[in-house]
Amino acid sequence: MFGMRIWLRVNGEPVEADIWEGESLLYVLRERLGYPGSKNACEQGECGSCSVMLDGKLVCACLVLGAQADGHEVVTVEGLSEDGRLHRVQEAFVVAGAVQCGFCTPGLVVAAADLLQHRPDPSDDEIREALSGNLCRCTGYAKIFDAVRLAAR
Amino acid sequence: MSTTAPKLELGRVGEIVPRADGIPKVTGEFAYSSDLNAAGMLWGHTLRSPHSHARITGIDLSAALAAPGVHAVLTHEDVPGEKLYGLEFQDQPVLAVDRVRYYGEPVALVAAEHPEQARRAAELIRVDYEPLAPIADAETATEQEPLHPDRPTMGHGYRDDPRPNIVRSLVIRHGDPDVEADVSVSGVYEVGIQDQAFLGPESGLCVPDGEGGVDVYVATQWLHVDRDQVAPCLGLKPEQVRIHLAGVGGAFGGREDLSMQIHGSMLALHTNRPVKIVYNREESFVGHIHRHPAKIWMEHRATRDGKLVNVRVRILLDGGAYASSSTAVTSNAASFACGPYQVDNALIESLCVYTNNPPCGAMRGFGAVQVCFAHEAQMDKLAAALDIDPIELRLLNALQSGDTMPTGQTIAGTLPVAEVIRRAAALPVPEQEELPRDPLRLPGGSGNTTRGEGVKRGVGFAVGFKNIGYSEGFDDYTAARVRLDADGSAEIHCAAAEVGQGVAGVILQVARTELGTEDVTLAPHTTATVGSAGSASASRMTWMASGAVRDACRAALEERDRNGGGAVDVERIYRHPRTSPLDPETGQTTGERSHVAYACAAMRVVAEVDVELGLTRIVWIGTAQDVGKAVNPQAVTGQIEGGAAQGLGLALMEEIQTRDGLITNASFTDYLIPTTLDMPPVVSELVEHPDPDAPYGVKGVGEPPTVVSTAAVVSALRVATGRELTRVPVRPDDIVGL
Amino acid sequence: MDVLTPRTLDEALRLKSERPDALPIQGGTDVMVELNFDRARPPALLNLNELAELRGWSEENGRIRLAAGLTYAEAMQTPLPALAEASRTVGGPQIRNRGTIGGNLGTSSPAGDALPPLLVCGAQVRMASVRGERTLPLAEFVTGVKRNVLADDELILAVDVDAEPGRQTFLKVGPRNAMVISVVSLALRVDGELTASFGSAGPVPGLVSAPLEDAESFPVQVAAAAAPIDDVRGTAAYRRHALRVLTKRALERCLA
Repeated sequence: MFGMRIWLRVNGEPVEADIWEGESLLYVLRERLGYPGSKNACEQGECGSCSVMLDGKLVCACLVLGAQADGHEVVTVEGLSEDGRLHRVQEAFVVAGAVQCGFCTPGLVVAAADLLQHRPDPSDDEIREALSGNLCRCTGYAKIFDAVRLAAR
Repeated sequence: MSTTAPKLELGRVGEIVPRADGIPKVTGEFAYSSDLNAAGMLWGHTLRSPHSHARITGIDLSAALAAPGVHAVLTHEDVPGEKLYGLEFQDQPVLAVDRVRYYGEPVALVAAEHPEQARRAAELIRVDYEPLAPIADAETATEQEPLHPDRPTMGHGYRDDPRPNIVRSLVIRHGDPDVEADVSVSGVYEVGIQDQAFLGPESGLCVPDGEGGVDVYVATQWLHVDRDQVAPCLGLKPEQVRIHLAGVGGAFGGREDLSMQIHGSMLALHTNRPVKIVYNREESFVGHIHRHPAKIWMEHRATRDGKLVNVRVRILLDGGAYASSSTAVTSNAASFACGPYQVDNALIESLCVYTNNPPCGAMRGFGAVQVCFAHEAQMDKLAAALDIDPIELRLLNALQSGDTMPTGQTIAGTLPVAEVIRRAAALPVPEQEELPRDPLRLPGGSGNTTRGEGVKRGVGFAVGFKNIGYSEGFDDYTAARVRLDADGSAEIHCAAAEVGQGVAGVILQVARTELGTEDVTLAPHTTATVGSAGSASASRMTWMASGAVRDACRAALEERDRNGGGAVDVERIYRHPRTSPLDPETGQTTGERSHVAYACAAMRVVAEVDVELGLTRIVWIGTAQDVGKAVNPQAVTGQIEGGAAQGLGLALMEEIQTRDGLITNASFTDYLIPTTLDMPPVVSELVEHPDPDAPYGVKGVGEPPTVVSTAAVVSALRVATGRELTRVPVRPDDIVGL
Repeated sequence: MDVLTPRTLDEALRLKSERPDALPIQGGTDVMVELNFDRARPPALLNLNELAELRGWSEENGRIRLAAGLTYAEAMQTPLPALAEASRTVGGPQIRNRGTIGGNLGTSSPAGDALPPLLVCGAQVRMASVRGERTLPLAEFVTGVKRNVLADDELILAVDVDAEPGRQTFLKVGPRNAMVISVVSLALRVDGELTASFGSAGPVPGLVSAPLEDAESFPVQVAAAAAPIDDVRGTAAYRRHALRVLTKRALERCLA
């Protein structure tokens, strides 16, 4: 079922995909382009598990029409680590024990990395507000806050 | 992996060890059940009932079969084997036959090349329904026409209650249940339907093996019992169905029952193509069982100085349309109804009924959550009536090892109730923060509803406990297999489902401890290479997997010694102490014990409540939990924090709402779980008294924080508001008094 | 399903006149939920993302013009206090980076968080089609639950509001402390008179004005103007009660 073709950059690489027009960017990334890191937890913008950077802005990939990404730049969780090294947020999540089932983790990692890029030394309130669009059902968030503080240091 | 892992020190039992799956999970490489793909794969879709109760008078598939991209459209007629399945009782149709009993019940299946084609084809299936009056009120369910006239849960050693629509009826008589005392307090408590709301929706990939069998890659809690339910419905031998654990995006009880396993396999075998099914969030809300809603009547009789004399309880659980694990929930609710207190006399009636409401089954806390909310409200009420400090009242009655439960079971293992109470009560509570503050740190949060107006503070307290392991005579065991290579490296096979709780780490820590080597790997969890591990539930997996892996490691070392070296491959089965059924008439244990062991937790909660708007902010949680022995202290505190969050959710916001059995809020827009702005810091004290019956003394840690936190949060709200607050989730209306 | 992606406003208006069945999509925070959950399959989608004409905000002649594509994150930076506060309550950061004022108007939900703060600022909605432009007060633009006067060939261009905000605030009640659809919300402006607007307490956002000296009775007036219902998010009785409390608190903030 291919209605149209789109071209975009994902994690710096130019890619193209034949898609059905109603597909979300999330579906395109996961099922068409082989980037399953962004997660399909709610598909209604309520959980942040599919958080990606679209032209440098943190967004839910489930709420972007695939066709709207045509000609744009997307960075997913798979694009955060550079030269085989974990992003400092990723490393902090592992060390702080912020990962349990991990389904929310890719979205939280992207959101936290976005926060630290804009606020290198965020207050606790800033961390809470910046991550309030990302639901986690396992951790109660405590170790996620620990991880963000650890990464900020 | 494309990334270079940081060097992680791999530890042994008792050490903090980062998760082995942590790195693939932070990079996005970890493959969850919805991430899987196979060449030639089709997408499955499930057509579900829009009615909570209806007769099916006809199904016309012709338009769907003719739709573009469609490879199969199946109904109950296409179920190759048994038409019914169930976790404990075969009472649930694989696909509805002539009647639907709940909203969202599966009726037909479609496989197509694209999910949109599958959805469009499903829309073309014409099902003729004749709606029937739904049984939506649990209180009158036993006076209605039977939903299951063949009474599938009867004849299993339970009390024979002749009324229709009984899932289980249990009465526990302990001592003299008619004895009077100086003081009596009573109350009626209600608990709404909570959902596990795991983030990874039900999903999986079914791949036909070309020889009539099928490989199922799925997120589940118990691989082998999935297989044992799937195979008969497919008309296959167990070994023709291999269940492999795909990445699990949380479980919390919601993956004990089957979801897409049989459906995906039917489509895969029918089309001879791999078939993937992924529920969306809305479908997930109808695609698994929920926590039982409950109505609980309690009366506590006590002496003037606060000693409990007699506790009388009536529990009504709404099991919904199918049995799932409701019989065990019924019994758990009954056996924990008196709380972790020594009570010499009790009458506990626990009833679970069939209705046309959403099916209910296992969720973290499993019957203990509902009664803890009630018994802790009662203890606060009793303390007020007697003018005794509520913590002193709890200490005065605290259960301990050697005491007798209402079921007649003497507590053999450790149960430091008084100690967890003392240690939680001793945790320093933070000072009240000055105004003005950012609204994020006030009730209502980002809604900017108060600058401090109407805000009152309350400090609450609760204690709870729960069993560990399967109960009532269930043959509960875990298998583990150890392969030692000649070079000293080891590979562990264990089907214990890693659902996020960290059992994979536990297995590795135990193996390293026993084998004395760092060079240990864990093979994929599957039914293909090792025996059953039992379920990742009932706070049992750490205990059971530790026992099985320990025993297998020790046996492997012995065998290697006997052989004088070389490679060995050993499988061992571990069983916890045997349990016995409850007497169907008296509810008393028929052996030494009906539960294996117990774990307790106490929790102190600081809440701020805007009493004019009914909004809340939980400021702080402090807890002390009986963990036996912490295998990985970081993972244990993670379980406590997460468990507390789920209990907080039930206390404040989480409820599946229904109207005539139809779910009206099946989305994350309207079924709300706590966000980063709802969860306070949690201070956890680990109370370590190794249990003599457990390997390394470990106890499961997942459930006690959820059991106690709902009660503790509401206790704090009561102190802040002065209101009784007898129902959870507490609604703003209840706080305001509308 | 067709996706139409115009590069200029003129092209967009032409496409909309040719395909009046095309559903405009900007931030996608409403439309994509409908698509993802199979609730809507419009014959075509009109993707407005590439239209520079719909971006940003500007100030001219005592009025502020908010282009339809202004996101909530951007609205938080405008000199409109209630709108900024309201925007901070919308979803999480991801939603605020995508959701737009124009989308909130287009959806016309009684729970639209931007609507009450815009209403108290005398908002005028600018719409255009190939037939030309027109402007209507926001109170006349929204006609019912998720209904408005927008014609099939029209697009929302912008909202114009008073640049002199007076004293303003916005309060929103939800069942948890972030990421909620409002159970009830209130915007208040004090600027020579009292102007309040509420959300989620009637089929359309309400607008109530009174002279300053009515401050004491104003909370009751606002609550009386509401026509709330019972739904999964709250009860009518609670909404009416909360409106009184919110109005009283808003007055304390703005009259202090």
